[in-house]
Amino acid sequence: MTKNLRVKTGKAIDETYRISFKFNGSTYYGFKGDTLASALLANDIHLVGRSFKYHRPRGIMTAGSEEPNAIVQLHNNSSRTEPNVRATEIEIYEGLEASSQNCWPSVNFDIGGINNLLSPLLPAGFYYKTFMWPASFWEKYEYFIRRSAGLGKSPIKPDPDIYEHKYIHCDVLIIGAGISGIMAAKIAAKNGLKTLLVEEKPNLGGSTIYQNSDHFKINNQNSGSWLEKEINEIKKLNNLEIKTRTSVAAYHGYNFLLARENLTDHLPINQRKDKTRHKLLKIRAKKVISATGSIERPMIFDNNDRPGILLSSAIKRFADYFGVACGEKNILFTNNDSAYETAISLIQKGINIEAIIDNREEVNSKLIYEVEKNNIKIFKGYTVTDTSGYKRINKISVMQLSKDGQKVVGSKIILSCDCLGVSGGWTPAVHLFTQSGGKLKFREDDQVFIPNNYPSDQLSIGACNGDFTLDEILKTIPKSLIHYLDIKNTEYDNLEVSSSTNKSKRNIWLLPSDKILGKTKSFVDYQNDATAKDIKLALREGFKSIEHVKRYTTTGMGTDQGKLGNMHALGIISETAGAKMGELGTTTFRPPYTPLTFGTIVGRNVGEYFDIIRKTPLHDWHLDNKAEFENVGQWKRAWYYPKENENMHDAVQRESKAARESAGILDASTLGKIDIQGTDASEFLNRVYTNAWSKLAVGKCRYGLMLNEDGMVYDDGVTTRLGENHYIMTTTTGGAANVMGKLEDYLQTEWPELDVYLTSVTDHFATVSVCGPNSKKIVSEVIPDLDLSDESFPHMSFKNAKIGKINCRVMRISFTGEHSYEINVQANYGKSVWEKCMEAGKDFNITPYGTETMHLLRAEKGFIIVGQDTDATMTPIDLQMDWIVSKKKYDFIGKRSLYRSDTIKEDRKQLVGLLTDNPNEILEEGAQIVADINKSPIEMLGHVTSSYYSPNLQKSIALGVVRGGKNMIGQKLIIPMEKKNINVTVADPVFLDKENKRLNA
Amino acid sequence: MFIINCPYCGEREQSEFKAGGEAHIIRPKQPTELSDDEWAEYLFMRKNIKGVQFERWNHAHGCRKWFNMVRDTSNDKIKAVYKMGEKPPIE
Repeated sequence: MTKNLRVKTGKAIDETYRISFKFNGSTYYGFKGDTLASALLANDIHLVGRSFKYHRPRGIMTAGSEEPNAIVQLHNNSSRTEPNVRATEIEIYEGLEASSQNCWPSVNFDIGGINNLLSPLLPAGFYYKTFMWPASFWEKYEYFIRRSAGLGKSPIKPDPDIYEHKYIHCDVLIIGAGISGIMAAKIAAKNGLKTLLVEEKPNLGGSTIYQNSDHFKINNQNSGSWLEKEINEIKKLNNLEIKTRTSVAAYHGYNFLLARENLTDHLPINQRKDKTRHKLLKIRAKKVISATGSIERPMIFDNNDRPGILLSSAIKRFADYFGVACGEKNILFTNNDSAYETAISLIQKGINIEAIIDNREEVNSKLIYEVEKNNIKIFKGYTVTDTSGYKRINKISVMQLSKDGQKVVGSKIILSCDCLGVSGGWTPAVHLFTQSGGKLKFREDDQVFIPNNYPSDQLSIGACNGDFTLDEILKTIPKSLIHYLDIKNTEYDNLEVSSSTNKSKRNIWLLPSDKILGKTKSFVDYQNDATAKDIKLALREGFKSIEHVKRYTTTGMGTDQGKLGNMHALGIISETAGAKMGELGTTTFRPPYTPLTFGTIVGRNVGEYFDIIRKTPLHDWHLDNKAEFENVGQWKRAWYYPKENENMHDAVQRESKAARESAGILDASTLGKIDIQGTDASEFLNRVYTNAWSKLAVGKCRYGLMLNEDGMVYDDGVTTRLGENHYIMTTTTGGAANVMGKLEDYLQTEWPELDVYLTSVTDHFATVSVCGPNSKKIVSEVIPDLDLSDESFPHMSFKNAKIGKINCRVMRISFTGEHSYEINVQANYGKSVWEKCMEAGKDFNITPYGTETMHLLRAEKGFIIVGQDTDATMTPIDLQMDWIVSKKKYDFIGKRSLYRSDTIKEDRKQLVGLLTDNPNEILEEGAQIVADINKSPIEMLGHVTSSYYSPNLQKSIALGVVRGGKNMIGQKLIIPMEKKNINVTVADPVFLDKENKRLNA
Repeated sequence: MFIINCPYCGEREQSEFKAGGEAHIIRPKQPTELSDDEWAEYLFMRKNIKGVQFERWNHAHGCRKWFNMVRDTSNDKIKAVYKMGEKPPIE
């Protein structure tokens, strides 16, 4: 039977609304407003998970997003399952199912707990040291290491939820709605600034909102009541937007921030349908005010990780906010005044406190006097040295500290307890500030890093700026906001504040023990099981940089990113290495501040919205005719058109044969098209292509090869001279945008004197390509007025024509080696022209073919595809395309690079044809090519770039690049495959119709 | 993500722009007369400094104009933008 540890009604709890939930299979009850952590604690459950390395039992440690231990898996095995959810953040809802992670078979009995006994054998760097040799065994080790690594389980079903992205622009963004953030929001909004206030928790007010003691007063009211009134007022302000459950994940330059707004995670699953789960807010703020508060520090002593050990501030929050006692026999352990605030809260609620252990010898503040009045024993100048209790703390050992704090003296006192609250002082939450590029400075007085200089228009206020006490906060904020927002005054200028705390603190990073360090387990990083001993070992082994120590010991590398222990790691390093904290610096804080789900990051960009899909004007026809599609960049291109039971190979063989024997038709609309106009257009083409353009007559077409300045082939295509000063250039489908960009670059930056204008017209035209021996008959039927005789309309020429009233540009150009025509019409008319061609071609078995057949046909002719047969290391000479490189032209892009010492080498990889000895053997594209199989290591000469079975030649053909291949025609080479070696002969890359007779057939 | 003040369009998000490397590298007028080393100097050698750098940027998803930018690479502060062919406003 579990106990009920509810005390007086907590501020956030609605006790009239009971909620049932499951944890590790058992049903429990909590109330509306509870987090999973507070509801579990109310049921006296502390043990929530197991640690990463030693599988030590771990409990709830904090009450916020810094939680290292209490991380759970939600809704195991469902599509909504989520690992590594912090029990301290998730709000309970009807039907919530959570389970412990990193344990088997259960959190109470975990086989992995054996690692705890083996821990002397598992020091820092254990895996690095142990599994290094023999190197060949790594694959075997890896299987087992990977199985034991990792915390929760990833979902394996598609995410059913909806995620969105949203842009927000504001004058002032305020991060954090504690007392500082609330004051700043009111000041900013009242001064007419468009203000956005975001808070990671469900409610506003931070830790002040449940501060109900008379020791903290503002204008003679207790600080919690005062703040509540302020919150009610700011909710009425028009130009203030407030977003709760919204966590800022990243703070980038130029005040660009990313935040996750959580909209449905607190609702029962059946109420989430059709609602957006998370919104990723992309915030651009003119000014940013960070009021992110601070995180309480734990203390580093032996066995400081047992379930039942919590931060003192968390105990206070659970009591005041959720109405939950974390234990019945509580002990507090502190080095500063804030544990006494917790004590007073517990006293008010009638929760028993056994004792308080205080590192400080001399303490004096009103708070402490009040605690003493309640007859609570305070051990001044003492420290906790050890704890016991496997699944729940039950005893602590206490000893007196020496004057210098380096040793313990006297005899050991044993105290029994079921909960220990620790307070090691406070660490400003400067994570977002440093993400934005801000540099920190170290304040020696209380050993904290605080913001030093701001890299953008921003300000840190309150505890995250190192102002921890109420009077500091209330006095500083009005002043700094008057200055920062450039305003005359604020309504907070004359607040009366009274606070009973004293700022004194006795900071000892690693508390002394009666045992030697090697016999202790003083955890610095709870989730990753990094101890003080591990850090010292890393230093002894020569690691000096904090970044190296972090990686070697894994300190700060868990899902909590070391929010609790990183400062102690630094402190221990500083003390051991004798370096100053300020000089050591901190490790780099990287986004996100708290983990984001993948859904949040991708938003609506899933499935068909993942990327833009470009369809040609003929897309519907392809769909109607059962085409299979291929993705070419963003384009969907018809790949092949299978008939009845045809597979891809059969369809491509049929299409290829038809195109050569009678007629084929291809949708070539995706080719890039650039309209070039201006009096210097010819000169411009001369400079960007390798061949000469000045003498190209109007009405003629020419193939051009474009290089990069380094001499490597960049793009190719046919350009047509439409008029004296007017050309249309075609580019490869994938290269269109880049070619356009490159040409603009040269025009604007290198040759601004040229009178040339470029316009992308790719989408404006549909291109229907009809090829084959009967193409002429078909086109003459579609465009009867056009004279198609070889004299009037020879290969590589162009004519304007009309199909009915439709204007079209007809080019007689060929990528297949067949007699062929490309008909370009305004995109909207594409389908009707295509259908006219199909109708006219009926008697000639006109066969639509896709990109695969196009590739096969051009390979038969040895035509290259830029990007398939070239890879940015191929010059035109390597491609055996010397004929297209003008010797006469003084300059063109890339010319000079063609005779650099490297590009003129004879043994560069060169494009050749490859014929398999067995004509039915088809090579694999990408396969390596070698000459001598017996040599070790085998020398790679090159690889296969294109490979097909040619139905027209009745044999397998391939193109490949081979070192020095140009001079190897006729030579035998070997393609070694997994199961066999394939013998090939190097051949001329043109396999069919070398004389180009078919062009005029 | 930067806010870039395009000299033609005004302030826009960085996502509209494309970076184009170091600025003020002029393509040699007579490449054929250069030695391999001289050509390589133009082709490959870039400064990539930590600190104030002169860069080319293109408003690729906007006016498509190329322009120059002076940026401190150590903190991403943009000190100036100016049109192609103009003299840098900062030494």
